[in-house]
Amino acid sequence: MSYLRSVPRVWRERRVKYQLIGGRCKDCGRGFYPYRQICPACGSANVEQVKLPERGVVELFTVVRTPPAEFAQYAPYVVAIVRLEDGTLVPAQLTDVEPDEVYEGMEVEAVFRKYREQGPSGIIEYGVKFRPAR
Amino acid sequence: MSRVYVAGVGATRIDEHWDKSLRDLMVEASLKAINDAGLSRRDIEAIFVGNMSSGYLQGQEHLGSLLATWLGIPGVAASKVEAACASGGAAVHNAFLAVKSGVYDCVLVVGVEKLTDAVTSDATSALIMAEDQEYIAFTGFSFVALNALVYKAYMKKYRARQEEIASFAVHDHKYAVNNPLAQYPRLISLEEVMRSPVVADPVRLLESAPLGDGSAALVLCSENKLKELRDRDVLVELAGSSISTEIFSVHDRTDLTTIGASVKASRKAYAMAGVEPKDVDVVEVHDAFTVLGVIHLEDLGFAEKGAGWRLLSEGQLEKDGDVPTNTMGGLKAQGHPVGATGVYQIYDVVAQLRGEAGKNQVDGAEVGLAQNVGGVGGTVTVHILRRVR
Amino acid sequence: MFNKILTFNDNLFYQGSFYERDSKMPPLASVVGWGAYIPIYRIETAEISRIHAKGGEKAPVRQKSVPGFDEDSLTIAFEAAKNALRRGRVDPREVEALYIGSESPPYAVKPSATVIAEALGLSRRLYGIDMEFACKAGTTAMISVAGLVNSGIINYGLAVGTDTAQGRPGDELEYTAGAGAAAFLISKPGRDSAATIEHVVSYVTDTPDFWRREGEKFPMHTFRFTGEPAYFHHIETAARMLMEETGLKPSDFSHAVFHQPNVKFPQRVGASLGFRPEQLKLGLLCNEIGNTYAASSLIGLTNVLDHAKPGERILVVSFGSGAGSDAISLVVEDGIEERRGLAPPTLYYVNRFRVIDYATYLRCRGFIER
Repeated sequence: MSYLRSVPRVWRERRVKYQLIGGRCKDCGRGFYPYRQICPACGSANVEQVKLPERGVVELFTVVRTPPAEFAQYAPYVVAIVRLEDGTLVPAQLTDVEPDEVYEGMEVEAVFRKYREQGPSGIIEYGVKFRPAR
Repeated sequence: MSRVYVAGVGATRIDEHWDKSLRDLMVEASLKAINDAGLSRRDIEAIFVGNMSSGYLQGQEHLGSLLATWLGIPGVAASKVEAACASGGAAVHNAFLAVKSGVYDCVLVVGVEKLTDAVTSDATSALIMAEDQEYIAFTGFSFVALNALVYKAYMKKYRARQEEIASFAVHDHKYAVNNPLAQYPRLISLEEVMRSPVVADPVRLLESAPLGDGSAALVLCSENKLKELRDRDVLVELAGSSISTEIFSVHDRTDLTTIGASVKASRKAYAMAGVEPKDVDVVEVHDAFTVLGVIHLEDLGFAEKGAGWRLLSEGQLEKDGDVPTNTMGGLKAQGHPVGATGVYQIYDVVAQLRGEAGKNQVDGAEVGLAQNVGGVGGTVTVHILRRVR
Repeated sequence: MFNKILTFNDNLFYQGSFYERDSKMPPLASVVGWGAYIPIYRIETAEISRIHAKGGEKAPVRQKSVPGFDEDSLTIAFEAAKNALRRGRVDPREVEALYIGSESPPYAVKPSATVIAEALGLSRRLYGIDMEFACKAGTTAMISVAGLVNSGIINYGLAVGTDTAQGRPGDELEYTAGAGAAAFLISKPGRDSAATIEHVVSYVTDTPDFWRREGEKFPMHTFRFTGEPAYFHHIETAARMLMEETGLKPSDFSHAVFHQPNVKFPQRVGASLGFRPEQLKLGLLCNEIGNTYAASSLIGLTNVLDHAKPGERILVVSFGSGAGSDAISLVVEDGIEERRGLAPPTLYYVNRFRVIDYATYLRCRGFIER
């Protein structure tokens, strides 16, 4: 799939994904990920970029057993919505944990890991996953 | 502004059509619908094609113009309409606007999708395009996984048991048995459902709509065109048509157990058609997963929030219940050829309103509602049909 | 025997530092932060032996660390570097160097330093590079960064040793080829630091004891030839050179850390140099984590720093095949105690683990793919 082979896209997205850059609306106070210019809650354009906190809890999770093509070799794996310390919700994969050890409310911390690669000769796409907090 | 009528309907069976291409399917459905209307191809002035993944799976875009040529009527207005799994409903809404505005008297709307040329993992990749590619698909979320979160949130908030929700699949199959178009016209038991493999906890395989190919088509026409139609006792009006959107990503929403777009779209459609939920005799909801079927019934106004699953156990969704729902098999058993589903739902409602539903017939059905959903509720279309004669 | 341009006022910075009281040499640089990372998975050598040698093969270590399928030497280096930054309490944007020593970078061309610098938010005015010298690449990175700060080119720099070592299935090195990283935040010599780097020596010869040709997946090694002519000769020579140039004796050191491809080699070389087993204790971790290659001696150093008292002197001697040894002498400063708790200690990573079996190991290392 051409989208998956795109190098400019990975380059363009890297800062937001490596450092978990979200947005905070200066009008309604909502935090959201990823950063965008307009607040999804109140529609204000008064949004600032923020580096999101690195700790949180598992809000909801599930185990992917039938993965999309580019993740085929990693299944089964756990994906979750994590509620960070400041209340922002982020979608992420969990790592360093077995599926049956995960529970809602589990404390997690951010780690820098590989998400996928564009084939054995292609570039590697890194990002933030979460593991059980120390 | 004109009133909009359903002049004709047509559809292919939903199946793994190894021997039929995307073009074959949409031509077949189109010809059936035009024939059903008693019109000729030359009567069609505009075509709207609803489809989600032809580019990714078939390498083919530009479906509107393609179909016009393949129907032998190049020159007519045509375009493809896309709103993920609500592409069909969105195409119908566009066709509705085309006729209602008075600009066109006779419009063909076709939903079509062909998923089975691809291996499962590529089809899974195609479906996640309904959701945020850059930040959600990137993390490995599949479409099922996102719905799994909705399932968990619903069970937790309303203390509903999975068995009660999973019964939705059993219900669908019961009615698919009598539907010649259905992909899976056979009964299944709750036990079978609960024993089927887990796709993404807690969603079981038999709670999920299958992958399949199919095409369904409608011919919509204005009042002006009515006299040219095939003689029929029954006339069905497309009385209400609406689209609404919701906050795109599941993790940006505050409550996963409701889909705001369903609420908004249905209210708009009810107002347009001048009806309320209690006036609706037959309902088609977009149950891509069993829990969604339950949530949709609540959002559309047929049950209190958190009580949708009770309608199942109380038998209210049966053809003789209070809210006859998915009486031709729904997405789970009739099938879910993604971009075509919205049109299939209307096909099914029209069959009921015309009295042509056979063993699935809801007696005296006069008003029907079809709800089509894109992504995890990012887009919802609601159509209300009424028998006027 | 060394010429250095001193760009600081040592009287001002060093009054009262342990370094100044003790040493007659101008300091090279300061370590203001340190950190390690070891992946969570382990495979026991008994399990490897079960597959390849029907059990009973005498194992050089008890177990080794294995990177998860979403880890590589880059992600492992990232966490070690992050820990070093945490302890250093420095704004990442002030860090102007990132030197990474590794023989298993994910890209043969495109330094891990570029990605890690972006992910950590380091200065864009950056001296970044990956370097290779087998298991001594990490210490060479440290020496290089120390040179950059000492010459005044930069104020703060990170040096990292990291590897996800490639063990050929069935080969004896498979028992020990592990994964891990250690990182050091280095600044100009100054009083507020964890340790002062007082002296460095590097000794290099053309000795083909272990190598990997371009394009090959696994290295070659020469069995017993990797002992005396390689490991022992270079470590002993570099250590003796350092002690000669500084006038220091083994008894001046509280701790000695040697490159640890197995448990026996560092014990032997320590003894032959005149060190007692207690001096090696804190730095010797390979029995639990295997040989982490470019991180090997450096992870040992981080464990020493996690425990050492101000005033104690540490000797680190790495060995990189090909071959060479770096010898580094450090003195622990007062500032170490307030920095310790700011990041997980190395023993936290050593002791938190999950044991996997050989099939899972093969999957993690990419030998079996779906």
